[in-house]
Amino acid sequence: MLTVLVFAPAAVALVLLALPRTVPDAVHRTAWTVTSALLLAFTAALWAAHGTGGGYAYETRVRWMPSAGVGYHVGVDGLSLPLTVLTCVLFLACALYSWRERRRVRAHAALFLLLQTTCLGVFVSLDLILFFVFFDLSIVAMYFVIAGWGRDQAARAALTFFLYTFLGSLALLLGFIGLYLAASPHTFDMTDLTRADPLAGRPVAAGLVLLALGTGLAVKTPTVPFHTWLPLAHTQAPAAGSAILAGVLLKMGTYGFLRIAMPVLSEAWRRYALVVVVLGVVSVLYGALVALAQTDLKRMIAYTSVTHMGYIVLALGAAATATAPGDEDARALAVSGAVTQMVSHGLLTGALFLLAGALHERGRTYDLAAYSGVAARAPVLAAATAVAFFASLGLPGFSGFVAEFQIFTGSLGPRPVATCLSVLGILLTAALLLRAYQQVFLGPLRLPPAPGSPRAFPDLRRREAAAVLPLLALATLLGLAPRPLLDTVEPASGLVLEWLAR
Amino acid sequence: MKGMDENPLDLLPELLLAGAAVAGLLLGSWLPRRRQWAVVLLCALACLAAAAAAVVAAPGPATTAFDGAYALDPLTTTARLVLTGATLLVTVLSLRPLGGHPRESEYHVLVLLTAAGSLVLAGAQDILLLAAAYLLAGIPAYALAGFAKDGPGTEAALKYYVLGAIGGVVLLTGTTLLYAATGTTAYPRLAHAEAAPAALLTAGTLGVLGGLLFKSGAVPAHFWVPDAVQGSAPPVAALLTTLPKAGALTALFRLGAVPLAGSAVPWPALLATLAAASMTLGNLAALLQRDVRRLLAYSAVSQVGYLLMPVAVAGRTALAQPAFLYYVAAYALTNLGAFAVVCALPRATTTDRWRGLVGHRPLLAVSLAVCLLGLVGTPPTAVFLGKLQAFTALFDAGYGWLAVLAAANTVVSLFYYLRWLAPAFTPGAAPPTGGEDRLARGTAHTAAAASLALGLAAGPVLALLDGPPAH
Repeated sequence: MLTVLVFAPAAVALVLLALPRTVPDAVHRTAWTVTSALLLAFTAALWAAHGTGGGYAYETRVRWMPSAGVGYHVGVDGLSLPLTVLTCVLFLACALYSWRERRRVRAHAALFLLLQTTCLGVFVSLDLILFFVFFDLSIVAMYFVIAGWGRDQAARAALTFFLYTFLGSLALLLGFIGLYLAASPHTFDMTDLTRADPLAGRPVAAGLVLLALGTGLAVKTPTVPFHTWLPLAHTQAPAAGSAILAGVLLKMGTYGFLRIAMPVLSEAWRRYALVVVVLGVVSVLYGALVALAQTDLKRMIAYTSVTHMGYIVLALGAAATATAPGDEDARALAVSGAVTQMVSHGLLTGALFLLAGALHERGRTYDLAAYSGVAARAPVLAAATAVAFFASLGLPGFSGFVAEFQIFTGSLGPRPVATCLSVLGILLTAALLLRAYQQVFLGPLRLPPAPGSPRAFPDLRRREAAAVLPLLALATLLGLAPRPLLDTVEPASGLVLEWLAR
Repeated sequence: MKGMDENPLDLLPELLLAGAAVAGLLLGSWLPRRRQWAVVLLCALACLAAAAAAVVAAPGPATTAFDGAYALDPLTTTARLVLTGATLLVTVLSLRPLGGHPRESEYHVLVLLTAAGSLVLAGAQDILLLAAAYLLAGIPAYALAGFAKDGPGTEAALKYYVLGAIGGVVLLTGTTLLYAATGTTAYPRLAHAEAAPAALLTAGTLGVLGGLLFKSGAVPAHFWVPDAVQGSAPPVAALLTTLPKAGALTALFRLGAVPLAGSAVPWPALLATLAAASMTLGNLAALLQRDVRRLLAYSAVSQVGYLLMPVAVAGRTALAQPAFLYYVAAYALTNLGAFAVVCALPRATTTDRWRGLVGHRPLLAVSLAVCLLGLVGTPPTAVFLGKLQAFTALFDAGYGWLAVLAAANTVVSLFYYLRWLAPAFTPGAAPPTGGEDRLARGTAHTAAAASLALGLAAGPVLALLDGPPAH
């Protein structure tokens, strides 16, 4: 079942690539959009059928390379289901948004479909090597997206992105090998490793493996000090690429913490939880402060991503430092808040990057100072951006609030100082988002100078609206009625906490 | 013992290659120039027959032939399959550039002889046989390097020959010293030479190691690689970086696993140091290259470093042997694929001349991406699994630092592979298409697909590679 889900986009991509060159672009666009829509319907159906039970569903386990301890093992639970659905939502949004893409449409569609395979693959893998295969291939596919459809400095940005995240993935691989060798019998299977707790009672080895895993996942997340690839990659990537990069690829890092590092290395995770908390807080504050200083809209959004991912890291760290007997509720709240934040950030930041792309398409620049009073010319664009900004800064009624509220409530008990510092991050984010909004959309009308005749500055087109508005609607829905999501997440996150506490 | 294991059928694959070479030479001297394809066909059939014979002989137990001089075990079997397959690919790559050449038969005969020599290197269980194999794998290859009789080819051949001769002398000196120290050249008896003087033993081992390092193109004997690869024709360059290297590395592995397994010579530490030096220096030098063949040459030097990782821990962990054999097969396939791409567009010499390949030949661009990313070790290509296995073996044997260094080097290698890939995937005018080779293009696609298939089918393959080496 999941195998079909994961490999269907790749199969469609191969079919598109095999078609003769005379096939019109519209066929590729339609095929891409229809595939994405079907996949979304499929994952939504999987979720509905799964309900709120604990444990893995739709599990498939086949021997792949028994002598190397590698198996083909896929399955979903409450942690991965929301993320697979999020992936499909964002890819559908990108498919709709990219209807206006004119450059090499076939390759563009095929590449995004391949990228979707790798993203879905990461979230459903229950084998470390399978996880790594998809994790690495997502980097390769994203490299080609940035290099092929990015802006003028795309080649450099793509190279930086590839090198940095590839370094992270190799650190991850070394950590995986450490886990493999520690387990007896040797295995890469996540469920077996979680059950075996291979490095219990070996603090040095566990610390080293956690260091390798932590480095690899922190690069992907990214947390300070491994975030430097992010702003460059985002500013040069195309809008749809940025949306996927921020919306889906960054989640692989935090998902890896939750799925691999916390349950398998529970003892080491508890020991170094304070380090994790500090990294989270530093990411929150540093990301927000640097975002405040940006004049480029995309760089600013990229740095707010560092802040938002910092909340997740904070929550995952705080959940492990709560050791007092009465703290179970706080820990559960922090972890389910972290998962909610992953979904919420995916939706909102995806919408933000697509909106930034729409603005760039009209004004040909991301420079905030070049715009003023755009709301007068493009009211729908302004309204959609307002919703996205307010949701992103954590206004009640939107998904960001639910997530951040849970994270802070859960973390406050065990880590009061860190949590209070992080709340400052919300304040800073609010300030910088409002300032940017004021600059671009309010005030007297001023558009970036265009050579020759004044450029048309149309409002949000139907395709763009079809891509962005559902994301915002979903974020609002999650903010008003978070229960269905939380009901799915909570049994699974409870299980993670059980593993963590042993 | 004597006379009991002298069954020539045990060496059928080797005999087929050598016999076909001799027959091809004779046939070639009688055939008119436009009928030389018969010799090519003979060579290709000999490769296929040798591979088939190797498969038939594979399930037998690990044993030795000819008074313990030649090993018949998983190492030899894998080397037979890898080398015959690689020779076949090189033969196909040579069809077009050599087609109708006045000395076409000679060329293919030399290729076959190099393959036979490399194969005996891999199977030799006696240092004297190893020395003979060294010469058999070397002398035809010197001739091949200068086969075009042009300036760069002559320089390549001269450099290769001079350094090869030095390597040969060093190898023979090492052999002499070992014989003086232990009174034997056979591996099994060398393994029990506890009474031998340690200094003499170490000096002799170093000599043998030096010769084999030259053959495999590892630091510090790598100076011939860039010039020989850049100067000779692309198919020859593919051969030079694949066949003798696979044979010599297998010989090194066998040395570490059989005679030196319990020796006082610090073999693992020494080889680990050489591996570290090879991968690092090869990578750093490759960073500066613009010429694709020189780039691949330095990449080959760094790949020897990765291949030396499982060789270093040979006999120290059970994981080393499948890791090494799998990596050799994966490397040979991927490296030949990359060279096949070069052969397909021989005029595109520097990386920036590959701009626009994706629009002109999309499948070739994809093959290039698969092969280069494969050399980096991106899953799911075969080299990724080879690396994974090698890293695992290193950690298991306590050489974790080498694995970490190799991982760092892998990231560095991404720089120069991407420097070639990025232009190829940038839209633009088509690359210079003069002399485009359709056969080479097909070979590149085949090798790329095979490297992916080998990576995905690693399970059954790895299971076949296990089994004790012959003693």
